[in-house]
Amino acid sequence: MTEHVLEVDDLHTTFSTPRGLMRAVDGVSLTLGAGETLGVVGESGSGKSVLGRTIMGLISNNANTEVTGSVRIAGQDVHEMKPGARRKLWGPEVAMVFQDPMTSLNPVKKVGVHITEALRLHLGLNRKDATERAVDLLRQVFIPEPVRRMKQYPHELSGGMRQRVVIAMALACDPKLLIADEPTTALDVTVQKQILDLLATLASERNMATILVSHDLGAVAGRTDRVAVMYGGRTVETSSTSRVFANPRHPYSEALIASIPQLRDAPHTVLRAIEGAPPNMLNPPTGCRFAPRCRFAQDRCREEEPLLRDLGERDVVHRGACHFPLEIAYEGVS
Amino acid sequence: MPSKKALRAASVNRTRLLTVGAVLTVVGLALAIFGWSTPSLLLGGKAVLFLAGVALLFQGVNRLLQGVLGRRVDLTLWLCVGWLVAIVLAAILAPYLPLGEQNDVAKTLLEPSYTTPALLTEHPLGTNNQGLDLLARSIYGARTSLMISLLAVAVGTVVGGTIGVIAGYFRKGVDSVVGIFTNALLAVPPLILLIALSTFLDPSIRNMSLALALLTIPSMIRLARANTITFAQREFVMAARLMGATRMRVMARELVPNVILPVFSMAVVMISALIVAEASLSFLGLGIQQPDPTWGNMIAEGEGGIMEDHPHIVLVPGAFLFLTVFAFNLLGEKAQARWDTRSAKL
Amino acid sequence: MRKVALRIGELAGVLFIVSFGVFLMLSLMPGDPAVAILGEGHPPQEYADLRQELGLNDPLLQRYWDWLSGAVTGDFGTSLVPPQSDVLDRIGGALPVSLQLAVMGLAIALVLAIPLAMWSAARAGGTVDRLIGASMFGILSVPSFLAGLLLILIFSNGLGWFPRAQWVRLSDSIGGNLHHALLPAVVIALMELALFTRVLRNDLIVTLNEDFILAARAKGMPPWRVMVTDALRPSSFSLVTLMGISLGRLIGSTVIVEYLFALPGMGSMIVNAANQGDYPMVQGAVLVIALVYVAVNAGIDFSYGYLDPRTRRVDA
Repeated sequence: MTEHVLEVDDLHTTFSTPRGLMRAVDGVSLTLGAGETLGVVGESGSGKSVLGRTIMGLISNNANTEVTGSVRIAGQDVHEMKPGARRKLWGPEVAMVFQDPMTSLNPVKKVGVHITEALRLHLGLNRKDATERAVDLLRQVFIPEPVRRMKQYPHELSGGMRQRVVIAMALACDPKLLIADEPTTALDVTVQKQILDLLATLASERNMATILVSHDLGAVAGRTDRVAVMYGGRTVETSSTSRVFANPRHPYSEALIASIPQLRDAPHTVLRAIEGAPPNMLNPPTGCRFAPRCRFAQDRCREEEPLLRDLGERDVVHRGACHFPLEIAYEGVS
Repeated sequence: MPSKKALRAASVNRTRLLTVGAVLTVVGLALAIFGWSTPSLLLGGKAVLFLAGVALLFQGVNRLLQGVLGRRVDLTLWLCVGWLVAIVLAAILAPYLPLGEQNDVAKTLLEPSYTTPALLTEHPLGTNNQGLDLLARSIYGARTSLMISLLAVAVGTVVGGTIGVIAGYFRKGVDSVVGIFTNALLAVPPLILLIALSTFLDPSIRNMSLALALLTIPSMIRLARANTITFAQREFVMAARLMGATRMRVMARELVPNVILPVFSMAVVMISALIVAEASLSFLGLGIQQPDPTWGNMIAEGEGGIMEDHPHIVLVPGAFLFLTVFAFNLLGEKAQARWDTRSAKL
Repeated sequence: MRKVALRIGELAGVLFIVSFGVFLMLSLMPGDPAVAILGEGHPPQEYADLRQELGLNDPLLQRYWDWLSGAVTGDFGTSLVPPQSDVLDRIGGALPVSLQLAVMGLAIALVLAIPLAMWSAARAGGTVDRLIGASMFGILSVPSFLAGLLLILIFSNGLGWFPRAQWVRLSDSIGGNLHHALLPAVVIALMELALFTRVLRNDLIVTLNEDFILAARAKGMPPWRVMVTDALRPSSFSLVTLMGISLGRLIGSTVIVEYLFALPGMGSMIVNAANQGDYPMVQGAVLVIALVYVAVNAGIDFSYGYLDPRTRRVDA
């Protein structure tokens, strides 16, 4: 294997809050090669957004945050670096697309400025070159009339257009890794697919590694190479996307997949919701964190925490954290 | 075991709090006393030393209290409450307190003038040019200032609040007439309005209170009106109206109880503004006249080169004024944070 | 455009009521202006003649109309107190002094408040933040005349850096003028400084929690640049509103400071006139101040709508 774009090893992000310690990310490891795409899926509160920001280094050690473990981007440990050096990574090495395009653009800055300022900062372009390049970027994200859009303010654009601007902004300095944090959650359903497809196309064109964080398994399906399912700050299952979909081994992944409506479902099919609420991260349950909501939970699940282990057969990489993984449904594997 | 560890950490923490607190208290106290009494420094240097000492003392006592009680205490708040209780009690009981002479110059012909403050003497805070006792004058000044401000706030709150609720509930014609007059009152800067009023009003306590009340009315109207409009749209008001309650009843029973808390917290904030306004007017010679003391006209005595030789003439009433305004400001801030989330931001 | 016209109409109405109020208040004044002008001990006929000449025997509304139509053309009458000069001339001489002081005070307050607020907001909850917060709260509780006296005590008397109670016209000597205006302007600035710092800090903290700040940081922008270009600009609109709100207080402290430093501005003029019962002076001064106040407030209203692109009108 060639050098990884991203290596995350046993990452923990812990916030100290007035009510106690909150382990938002609690021991996550993952790697990503150039051009590879990874979907990170989980309910709200599973720590997936915090994971994205900790990988970025936007969340780092301070008075009430503790980050342990390591994040290596381009071989450098993000959390060991000086802030100035870390900022040099942001843009050319790693960039981020945020959840809500309504709030992630500064209302008093023109669209053009949002894009050109990063170009001028990192690539040292002059005003004219930066503007040209920004127009080109807007064109690449399929924004009509890019020259005119440059002079507009964010509130003059629709939600989908804004998210395209946010994407253009992230792509400005040709990052090798893009972290998209719920990039479509705040958008209309019709626009969601367009944006996701745009991201997928841009990533493959540029051979850019992508992490797509989402609570929506449907968004991840078919657009990512691999998927990691998160629950309670931990990875509970990870494998190739097609394999997890076809053959989930963790009851939580299985329940998530079962809760996606399918076109081929018969009319009046009752979707299976996951009973109960996500775990309280200030005081997580002992044993398996999913046990209180798991249909298959046994005594062992409530006492002993399952570790992430290899569940694949032969040379297939399929890891899960469950004492009693679901059976392999052989007919499902293509 | 984690609990034991936590306990040990807490006790270490507590010991540290107590030690640091004690050290800070002692150093602060020493610095403050030294700053107060040292003859070898200029006034500015003394003041800096004294203030630094007080700041350290405050931090020290705060830590000691936290160590002893085991929880954080809002010491500033309690000090403010303490000061206000003391000053109000002193103001009410002034005639019965063993104070020096405050306004009758005839009785102080033999008293020394401009004695500097020296605690434990006959005139703990010194005397003015005519030998009047500054402690007595400060307390009588508090009597006047507080009476005027509280009276004004009370009148302003009742009148402004009532008009505001009525305007907010009836809207339409009533509202626009009230709006125009509110805007007209607000079109003159407060102090200018007061000065204009003082040209033809006798500076008596009653007139001063009325003039100051006039200042508070527009903002009270606005606040009460805005809150009334918000609440009038709520379901419980609608429910009361559907049950056949009269408009008077809706206003008195449903709206006023809801509007009263933000209006009350605004009133607390206003007290300090009015104390300042009253003091400013007295300072300009347009308020209560000498020899009756107010903090404002006492401070004005320091003008014309007197302050330079006898700074305590200004500093003594100035300290009373500052502490009282500070205490009311803090109380008002807490009240607004608690009861009026809307205007707390500004 | 219609909105603008409506607003101007409203302002005119408000000013009209103010002018009537001012006129009414001062004509209810006790004491006889004729006595005030001539002094005691003249034959009664002289007083009566003067009253006739001043138009004091006309009905109230007639007098108001005369006064207002004069005021509109800039004729506020003459001062009652010797030297009985033209009110407008006196205002014309005094207004620039007050404006200079107020503008200088405001400028000093802004120049100090913006960095202090940014520093405080960047370290929200830290020692610096609490120290700045406590000092600003303390400053808010010092009435401006007290602050003025204390500063005089320290800087004029103790250190001898600044002169006490003199004024050099800007046209005579710029350096001299600034030297004399600085300390008064600082006193005026104090209260505004405290208010601006507190409000701007709170506003900045809210803005700093916005997603677009995170997005700007994720672009690799240095913290100070994020603070200035991304956080300060959206927050500065509330500062503009705040300037409008605190304008009344600003005028108040200017009056007090002028009186305190014996500077020849509107403030000392109006205070002296009020003390001497010189009602044409008070009327004229109050009206001019109200006019400036209302006009500046309206200007701030309009500029606010223009400055914020979200409220600015969008051309299709």
